[in-house]
Amino acid sequence: MLTKRIIPCLDVKEGRVVKGIQFVELRDAGDPVELARFYDQQGADELVFLDISASHEGRKTMVEVVNEVASELAIPFTVGGGINSLADMKRMLRAGADKVSLNTAAVLRPSLITEGASFFGAQCMVVAIDAKFDPELGSWRVYTHGGRKATDYEVIAWAKEAVRLGAGEILLTSMDCDGEKDGFDLALTRAVSEAVTVPVIASGGAGNAAHFVAAFRDGLADAALAASIFHYKETSVEEVKTFLKSEGVNVR
Amino acid sequence: MIGIIDYGMGNLFSVSKAMERLGVEYFVSEDRKELAGADALILPGVGSFKDAMERLNETGLSEMVKQYAGSGKPMLGICLGMQLLFAQSEENGLTDGLALLPGKVIRFSGEKAGTPYKVPHMGWNRLRFINKSPIISGISEDFVYFVHSYYVSTEERKVVIADCEYDVDVPAVVGKGNVYGMQFHPEKSGGLGMSLLQNFIQLAKERTIQS
Repeated sequence: MLTKRIIPCLDVKEGRVVKGIQFVELRDAGDPVELARFYDQQGADELVFLDISASHEGRKTMVEVVNEVASELAIPFTVGGGINSLADMKRMLRAGADKVSLNTAAVLRPSLITEGASFFGAQCMVVAIDAKFDPELGSWRVYTHGGRKATDYEVIAWAKEAVRLGAGEILLTSMDCDGEKDGFDLALTRAVSEAVTVPVIASGGAGNAAHFVAAFRDGLADAALAASIFHYKETSVEEVKTFLKSEGVNVR
Repeated sequence: MIGIIDYGMGNLFSVSKAMERLGVEYFVSEDRKELAGADALILPGVGSFKDAMERLNETGLSEMVKQYAGSGKPMLGICLGMQLLFAQSEENGLTDGLALLPGKVIRFSGEKAGTPYKVPHMGWNRLRFINKSPIISGISEDFVYFVHSYYVSTEERKVVIADCEYDVDVPAVVGKGNVYGMQFHPEKSGGLGMSLLQNFIQLAKERTIQS
């Protein structure tokens, strides 16, 4: 049976992991490779690296980070942030990333998804969607530019369109739940998961192990992503997986 | 020396890195002569079957691979590379493959008895060993990482060394004689994946010692 995936997300800026990571046992908690290894040992199924560098130099450093992670680790990982062209995708995939994630760039130029999918295969094209509920719309609206800009897209319509264009996976972040630690947005996750044929990663709102159970059972997510609860050691990948198993959710 | 076939389609980097982690000497090449001289060959691949076969045919590499298979030296296809070893695929229109193994490549239906199954089949799934083979010797059944939308359908059950459960039983490790294939990514499958690659390399070593 295919297992549900737990995916820690690491924000990388100028080649260093940011967001105060509290691991006393690590020599250098800012080193992406060391953190990646730590999560791998804990049983993380995949990793996501989000490049939040603002500078060109920072982006170049990200390629080195990707190269190093791929050299050291035998688990799959996705790179997102600042990927705007086929050349950007190529750079990351050649450096050893397994998938690239497109967010704003895909909304601004949807054909980029198709270009990437036909060149590298749909399996490495992740489309990341930042979603926020809009009462007027009666549904969720797609936001871009790190959640700062509202678009005309409704989330489910955009998710379906992204898959039609060649997305192999949807990384779905709830802006309403993100940072609240009150659980994933189950209605949103379920709506998207039922609407598309590709796997959906639930993101935003993880606060404890039970939230992951709900994301899989009620949200019908195929994978769940979290950052701060793992980074701040509120729980560990290992604990989450043990709990999932005890609840009858299939994990590795 | 392990030869990794570069035909412009594979994720050569991750396979190369796996060789480095195993401390194995390897080279990446598109040169038929050079590849023919390798002790073992790896055919990696991500992308579409049709594009891959077109490239292999254009470059004359498909002929080389077939000859190599006939030489008795170990060969391993990974992911799309495994699918290429079979007779035919329906991806983007029917395309003939290398036909070193019997079977055809078809798309997941995406449902079983009314239950939807996501396509691609993506993530960690547990191997089930079906037939004995040196490629799985000393290894216990465990999880490996899959990403694919098409799978191999074959009548000849003896070529299926291991499979896994999805909407259908998915051939995961295949083999016939010296030709092997893995549908998942051993280079991305943690310790078990590395052990499988190690076994493959061991086959090449044993053969080199014998000859």
